Amino acid sequence: MTEKPCLLYCHCAYAKVVPEETRREVLKRLNDAGVAFEAVPDLCEMSARKDPALERLAATGAIRIAACYPRAVKWLFHAAGAPLGDDQTEILNMRVQTGDDVADAMCRTGEASS
Amino acid sequence: MSTVAEQNLPVVNALRVVLYEGQGADALDSAERNSLLNGLLDSGYAVTCARDGGTLSAPDESPLMVLGRFHEGAAPAIADAEDRVDVFTQDITSLATEAVLERVRFVREQTALRVPGEWHPWFPVIDYDRCTNCMQCLSFCLFGVYDVSNEDKIQVRNEDQCKTNCPACSRVCPEAAIMFPKYRSGPVNGEEVSDEGVEREKMKVDISALLGGDIYQKLRDRSDQAKERFAKERDETVALKERKRCLVEMQKDMDIPMEALMSLPSPDEIQRRAAEAKQKADDAIARRMRDRDGNYAEDGLKG
Ligand code: SF4
Ligand code: SF4
Repeated sequence: MTEKPCLLYCHCAYAKVVPEETRREVLKRLNDAGVAFEAVPDLCEMSARKDPALERLAATGAIRIAACYPRAVKWLFHAAGAPLGDDQTEILNMRVQTGDDVADAMCRTGEASS
Repeated sequence: MSTVAEQNLPVVNALRVVLYEGQGADALDSAERNSLLNGLLDSGYAVTCARDGGTLSAPDESPLMVLGRFHEGAAPAIADAEDRVDVFTQDITSLATEAVLERVRFVREQTALRVPGEWHPWFPVIDYDRCTNCMQCLSFCLFGVYDVSNEDKIQVRNEDQCKTNCPACSRVCPEAAIMFPKYRSGPVNGEEVSDEGVEREKMKVDISALLGGDIYQKLRDRSDQAKERFAKERDETVALKERKRCLVEMQKDMDIPMEALMSLPSPDEIQRRAAEAKQKADDAIARRMRDRDGNYAEDGLKG
């Protein structure tokens, strides 16, 4: 990942699978970081609806996503006809990582590891 | 991969809200932005935080609602030069979060866009790196969630027909390729699959097979008995009790919510649907075999 990645945050609005404090913490840190970012209510819903927004997000090229398990996120995009580029995507898992860890990884500058 | 046109759920755009802090608008303060972000996301709107620095996605054809503290308290009228995207603007100087949400809701209603959160997004997602296209999920599901693409590949077609919180089809997948991202545990929730995970999933299938040959058969047998009794006794509660008893066992084996089991159709209808799904799966497998044999033959001729 060489270009500045698009930052995407998933709020997992319709289930309690991502701990609420983690979500709020990551969102707050992105808010305070002073950078532009994209936030969506629920990637699952968007995938099932084939929301064209997923295509535009996948088309940004380098992308860093705060959501849940990378395997789930990868195939949710795929199911919507908007596959993510494998070498340009980094997915942080708010179900298992702490809010701080996810926010640090999202907000760091420089190249991303995928 | 299936095309969008093959899918059942309509393509429905959602309102994209832009929190604008660029030229012609003042910056929002951190607490205000945070409250707006949480309020909008909780209400189901996608939000673009447009500030200097960072990469944002290009507009698609979804309508945009641009919110900002515009200079002189007046939102500029903006139109898309290519006339593809509807753009709405709203000055939010001195508006509390609730009032902003009210304005956004109003615009959404005017434009007849997708109502966020109307449907609980629970549905299977296939990991095609693992899937071997065996069609067991298609044969198993009685609700028509799965289908076959034009290329004879398994696909999830009717997401909204899936029974909320029911992960049963993931249990019949021999490759642990079916995920429900909102499920509580792995590998069904998308956690990486270990060999142990595959074995565990397989074991669950074996257990249910041991218990009744196949679970639909088991259900049919029990329901038939219940039906018989029902016919004799004309007592609806006894039949219902019997059905429930059988269902409780299955519920435990496969972690199927009782509501999903209770919404199963009559035994005859189960039989009909199961046969239909199995036929579809068999046809797809047969077509695939024919294609494969055809390719071998062609290769043979070439060779
Ligand atoms: S992608 Fe993951 S975090 Fe986002 S809505 Fe689905 S389950 Fe929740
Ligand atoms: S049961 Fe699993 S491996 Fe077989 S077609 Fe369905 S998803 Fe693929």
